[in-house]
Amino acid sequence: MRRISLAAVGLLLGITVAFADGQKEPEPQTWSWNGVFGHFDPVQLQRGYQVYKEVCSACHSMRLMAFRNLGDPGGPGFSEAQVKALAATVQVADLDDKGEPTTRPGIAADRFPSPFPNEKAARAANGGALPPDLTVITEAREGGADYVHALLLGYSDPPADMKGKMMPGMNYNPYFLNGQIAMPAPLSTDGQVTYAEGQPAATKAQMAKDVVAFLSWAAEPKMQERKTMGIKVIAFLFVLSLLLYAAYKQLWRDVDH
Amino acid sequence: MHGEYRYEPKNGFMKWLDSRLPIMRLLDESVLQFPTPKNLNYWFTFGGILTFMLAVQIVTGIVLAMHYVPQETMAFDSVEHIMRDVNYGWLLRYAHSNGASMFFVAVYVHIFRGLYYGSYKAPREVLWILGVIIYLLMMATGFLGYTLPWGQMSFWGATVITNFFSAIPVVGDAVTQWLWGSFAVDNSTLQRFFSLHYLLPFVIAGVVVLHIWALHVPGNNNPLGIDVKGPQDTVPFHPYYTVKDGFALAVFVLFFAALVFFAPNLLGNPDNFVPANRLVTPMHIVPEWYYLPFYAILRSVPSKLLGVILLFGGILVWAFLPWLDTSYVRSARFRPIFRQLFWVFGVVCIGLGWCGAQTPDHVIVDLGPNMTAINAAVDHATKAGKTPEEIAAVQKSAEASERVTFAVVDLSRILTIAYFAFFFPGLFLLGWVETPLPLPESISKAVLGTRGGAASGGRPLEQRG
Ligand code: HEC
Ligand code: HEM
Repeated sequence: MRRISLAAVGLLLGITVAFADGQKEPEPQTWSWNGVFGHFDPVQLQRGYQVYKEVCSACHSMRLMAFRNLGDPGGPGFSEAQVKALAATVQVADLDDKGEPTTRPGIAADRFPSPFPNEKAARAANGGALPPDLTVITEAREGGADYVHALLLGYSDPPADMKGKMMPGMNYNPYFLNGQIAMPAPLSTDGQVTYAEGQPAATKAQMAKDVVAFLSWAAEPKMQERKTMGIKVIAFLFVLSLLLYAAYKQLWRDVDH
Repeated sequence: MHGEYRYEPKNGFMKWLDSRLPIMRLLDESVLQFPTPKNLNYWFTFGGILTFMLAVQIVTGIVLAMHYVPQETMAFDSVEHIMRDVNYGWLLRYAHSNGASMFFVAVYVHIFRGLYYGSYKAPREVLWILGVIIYLLMMATGFLGYTLPWGQMSFWGATVITNFFSAIPVVGDAVTQWLWGSFAVDNSTLQRFFSLHYLLPFVIAGVVVLHIWALHVPGNNNPLGIDVKGPQDTVPFHPYYTVKDGFALAVFVLFFAALVFFAPNLLGNPDNFVPANRLVTPMHIVPEWYYLPFYAILRSVPSKLLGVILLFGGILVWAFLPWLDTSYVRSARFRPIFRQLFWVFGVVCIGLGWCGAQTPDHVIVDLGPNMTAINAAVDHATKAGKTPEEIAAVQKSAEASERVTFAVVDLSRILTIAYFAFFFPGLFLLGWVETPLPLPESISKAVLGTRGGAASGGRPLEQRG
């Protein structure tokens, strides 16, 4: 829905929501949270978190996310005990009673740990490229969730006209600006992560969908609350408008105007 | 325009208060009982809507400011903190950012309403100029506010716009550095922009009071553009217009709510979700939609200084409208040529807005090879005694690069000229050559028997039923 309305308003205002020349436009997906009544699927968000944690978090931070958020309403819906357990799997830098640097197991209030201590270290480990923070990534790119989804699955061998132009260490991906991205295909094989029993098979396509769902929620954790309230507010305003219109007609019925 | 009505205090306390602070008298005589033309249509409800939106911006802004941190390294995160952790913070922030857009929607309708019905003409010139001042202050406030989230577009928008001040001769650099509070857009800039962003809305509120005061001396204009002749032409503001404005406001807020709750980032720019970074320039730096026409004017000329002059000229020219328009007839309903020009002017403004959103060298139409330039290149190569193969190569490369095009910047130029030409000589001359349609004798005469369709359209009076 967002895409369509974007395009409509774009036409209206003449703003081109264009992708740059030579960048392939991502295919729109049907996401569970599309539309006025759409919402996130908690189980999918849990799987998506697993993909982020086991794959993406090796290179990408999510600075603004805390473990406690994983239990927030409208999100993956982990129980308090699960959140504590997830937090405890990481080691967090702290000071001991003597003021000496030490580490301790994470607690729910801790932020997700970042894979690199600073930008220089991140670039050094990634051939000079900086893996961006993923907290609001689906808001920070034209095309949003569709774009990230297309990007994750868009890797292929460079076509003939690109073969000679590939820079060392770069990977061909037509959805990325100029077709060359420093990130190697993060989802390279089916079954790269092992989903819990009863979940769909962890194919590349499934993992991509799940992690994009997780990232979309992380970018807008209050979406559910927003839409639920929105429906009520719109309904209220609609009735109020009708009442005011009736009052207006009634009041002005004897006035020539 | 005050009718015979006079406020009568109802009881002892009110009498006591009235002789000390006649505030209830003011409220009653200038708001509740204020005689208002009875033929105002919905385009006249936007003044009330604007007042409401100013209040929304001030209330949401004050609460946002309780959580926002105007500091280079913390501003972006503090806005995200508002979105994630503050109770209903997302609502405050989306209401404020989309509220700015709705505020501008309303002000544009309000201004064009004034243009259509000639509300700027005597005796309302001061009222009109105060409106132009409010609009200028709104532009400044919106620009300052947009820098606060300190995303990429905040930073680069602020950089591009403030840089234009450096075009001012002699003092340009000093002025720019004074605006920045530094030698580049940085933390000092952010802090002063926050301070000013907090201040200006209250200045606007002050000018709004003057604006309404100036309105209450001559009273409202109306769709017929003729003066009120007596009590038979008016109704008391309350309850007639409180209810009508209330209805229009509710519908307006319905659209506002649809934006806030279901498309809150529709008018935003994805780049503003990337924290400001002075080392990475975004591909397209575009301002918020409400500045786009002026951005196009600014970029339509190669000279920075001329661009800035045209930009400010494009806004200030509105203030001179009462004297640029020489027709004594107010409403476009009775000005057949003006009515057409008005719509052309509307299209020009929207066209400029479109241009402002594009890159200037974006080609709209490719008119084919530029034969003159190609021939010149070939001639040059021939004269230089090149071999036929070399000449063929020169011709080939010239054919590829030398094309006659009609680009966004060309369209912007045409539209910029049209924009200014509308005011001068357009409206100036029009007043002398146009033959207006006969004006009705009075509002009540004109509306008699046209209930519902109230003085519809601009048909000559003879044709009205
Ligand atoms: C081996 C390290 C590594 C892993 C693992 C990795 N990325 Fe990346 N990622 C990068 C680098 C490096 C970049 C920057 C690419 C560039 O600028 O060329 C990047 C860029 C991105 C971008 C931004 C593209 C843009 O438009 O700028 C997204 C989105 C992204 N990664 C998502 C993911 C997701 C989702 C995962 C997990 C499924 C993941 N990445 C796993 C290294 C990695
Ligand atoms: C004329 C009325 C106003 C207009 C047009 C306006 C406009 C804006 C705009 C366009 C933004 C950027 C929104 C975004 O992209 O996030 C903004 C941000 C902000 N404004 Fe205002 N504003 C107004 C009044 C106020 C007032 C009165 C205050 C404080 C008392 C205020 C405080 C803030 C704060 C703290 C932010 C940063 C948070 C944010 O980005 O959402 N504003 N304003």
